[in-house]
Amino acid sequence: MELGDIRGRSPWEDAWHRLLKNRAAVFSAFIMAAMILVVIIGPWLISWEADFTDWDNTSTGPSLSTGHWFGTDAVGRDILVRTLEGGRISLLVGFVATLVSLVIGVTYGSIAGFYGGITDRVMMRIVDIIYALPFMFFVILLMVVFGRNIILIFVAIGAVNWLDMARIVRGQTLSLKNTEFVEAAQACGVGRLDIIRRHIVPNLLGVVMVYVTLTIPQVILVESFLSFLGLGVQEPMSSWGALVNDGAQDMESAPWTLIFPAVFLTVTLYCFNYIGDGLRDALDPKDR
Amino acid sequence: MKSATGTEAVLRVQDLAVHFQVHKGGLMSNKISVLKAVDGISFDLAAGETLGVVGESGCGKSTLARAILGLIRPQRGRVLWLGENLTGLDDEALRKKRKELQIVFQDPLASLNPRMTVGDIIAEPLKTFYPKFAKVQVEERVRGMMKMVGLLPNQINRYPHEFSGGQCQRIGIARALVLNPRLIICDEPVSALDVSIQAQIVNLLKDLQKKLRLSLIFIAHDLSVVKHISDRVMVMYLGKAMEIARQGALYRKPLHPYTSALVKAVPVPDPEIARQQPDTGLTGDMPSPFEPPQGCVFHTRCPFVVKRCKVEVPPLRRMENDDWVACHCAEELDLTIRRVAVRKRNQDE
Repeated sequence: MELGDIRGRSPWEDAWHRLLKNRAAVFSAFIMAAMILVVIIGPWLISWEADFTDWDNTSTGPSLSTGHWFGTDAVGRDILVRTLEGGRISLLVGFVATLVSLVIGVTYGSIAGFYGGITDRVMMRIVDIIYALPFMFFVILLMVVFGRNIILIFVAIGAVNWLDMARIVRGQTLSLKNTEFVEAAQACGVGRLDIIRRHIVPNLLGVVMVYVTLTIPQVILVESFLSFLGLGVQEPMSSWGALVNDGAQDMESAPWTLIFPAVFLTVTLYCFNYIGDGLRDALDPKDR
Repeated sequence: MKSATGTEAVLRVQDLAVHFQVHKGGLMSNKISVLKAVDGISFDLAAGETLGVVGESGCGKSTLARAILGLIRPQRGRVLWLGENLTGLDDEALRKKRKELQIVFQDPLASLNPRMTVGDIIAEPLKTFYPKFAKVQVEERVRGMMKMVGLLPNQINRYPHEFSGGQCQRIGIARALVLNPRLIICDEPVSALDVSIQAQIVNLLKDLQKKLRLSLIFIAHDLSVVKHISDRVMVMYLGKAMEIARQGALYRKPLHPYTSALVKAVPVPDPEIARQQPDTGLTGDMPSPFEPPQGCVFHTRCPFVVKRCKVEVPPLRRMENDDWVACHCAEELDLTIRRVAVRKRNQDE
C-alpha cells in the first residue's frame, strides 16, 4: 500500500511558528496592522477635510463637543484627520522606498557577490562612490533641479538606501557562494542566474527581511527629517514629520498639535523595531 | 594504456595540476605564494570501475575531484572524458557535460539547500537539462530515484533538516544519479556519518554501481572504507600520486613506504592485537604545501630515505600487474604487511 505524501515543514514555517510565540512581535504586528487600517480608512470616516479651516475653532484643544477629537492647529484644521493623512504619506514613503531599495539592493548585491572578481570590484566601487555623496546635498540638488515633489522623496531615499542593502546582500552572498549546496548546483549544471535565484536569494532572505523591518522606520524618520527641514512634502499634503515640525513651533500654546502626530510616529517606529527583533530571533534561532 | 579491468578507459587524467595563488603577508606586502594542491596526477578509469583515492587531509584529494569535474580550472594537464578533453571546453560546453559526471559531497546536510524540498532538490538537475519535461514525469522520476536509494517516496515534500545524516546522503546520491551519469565522484561521502551508517551508504553505492554500471572515484581519508569498495586505490601525498595499485595488492604488499604506513595505521578493533602491531614508522607532520620538499615530497618522513630521494623526484613507474609507484627504491623494499590480526582471528575460529 502506498502511503500518502507526508507534508514537510519548511524553515519558513518553523520561523513563522517561532515568531508567533514572540508576544512583543505579535502584539506589535497587531498594532501595526490596526495603524495601517486606520490610516487608510480613517480619513473617509471623519467628516472633516484635511485642508478645511474651521474658523470658529482655531488652536482649540482636544474635545468631543467641537468634533475635533485631537484638537485643531493655528489655522483651524483638524489634527486627527491631518495625522491620519500624514500617516498615509509616511507609511507609503516607508514601504515604497524600502521596496525599491530591497529590489535593487538584493539584485545588485547578489550579482556582485556571486560573480565576484572584476564584476564585483567595479559594482562595489560604484556603490562606494554613490555612498560618498552627502545625502543632504543630493536631496537639495534634486529639489533645485526638479522642484519639490513627493516622487523626488521616494527617489532620493531609495537611491541612498539600496546601497546598504546591496552591501549586506553581497556579504551574505559571499558566504553562501562557497557552501556545498551551491557547488552541488554548479556540478548539476545549473546556470549562474538560476543559482542566484534558487539558491542564494532564498537563503539570504532571512537576513534581508530583518533588515527591511529596520529600514522602514529608518526611512520614515529620514522623510520626517526632510519634512522637518522643509525639504519634504508640501502643504496642503502632510506627513508625520511635517506635522511634528508644525507642532513643535506651537508647542507651548498648543501642545496637542505636537503630541498626537509624535505619538503615532513613535508607536509605529517601536512596532517596526519589535517586529524586526522578533523576526531576527525567529529566523536565526541559533543566534540568540 | 589499458586500465586494470582490461576494458577501455572512460576517463583519462593526464598530468593534471591545480595551483592556487595565495596572497600572503600583511597589509602592505603583496607577496603571492603558489599552493600546488594537485601536482601532476595521471590515471585511467574504466567503465564500471571504482578508483579509491586516499591521503591525509590537505593532500589535494578534493581539489582533484573538483578539477576533474571542471569546477576548478586546472593549470596544466588534460581530463579526457570518452576521448574529449574537458579542460579545453568553455563554460557552456562543460555545463552540458555535467550530465555525465556527477559528484556526491562530504557534508550531507550542507550539500542540500535548506529552503528546498527533497523533491525539488532531486529534480533540479532534471529541470536544468530537460526543461520541457512535464511536472508529472519529473515527479515520477524523482519518486523512482528516492525508492532506488532507499528513501520513502512519500517523503518527497519534506525538507533536508527533517532527515538524518545518512538519509541526507541518500538524497545527495539520488540527485547525483537522476541524470543517469556514467561517472560519480564521491568526495568523502561517509566521513561525516556514523560508522553503522557508513557501511549502509558504501553498500548502497556498491549496489547502484553494479546495477547502473557506474564508474566511481571514491575519495576518503580512511583506508578501511576504501578497501571495501575499490577495485584500485590511488594514494596521494602533497598533491602527488605515491602509488596506484589493485586493491588487494595494495593492502597485502604495498610498494610505497607511505602506503605501508597508512595500511599499518588502520586501527585494529582488538587492543591486544593492536599492541602487537608494528609502529607505522612515520615521524613528524606533513610539510607545508607552500614549500614542498625537494626531490621526493615524502622524503622528510620516509624511514627508508636515501640520498637520491632528496635530490631527484621519483617518477610514477609501472611495476608488475599494472601497479604504479613513485619511489626510487620500490624494488628493494619489502613492505609486506603481516596480517597479524587476520591470522589470529583465523586461529581462534
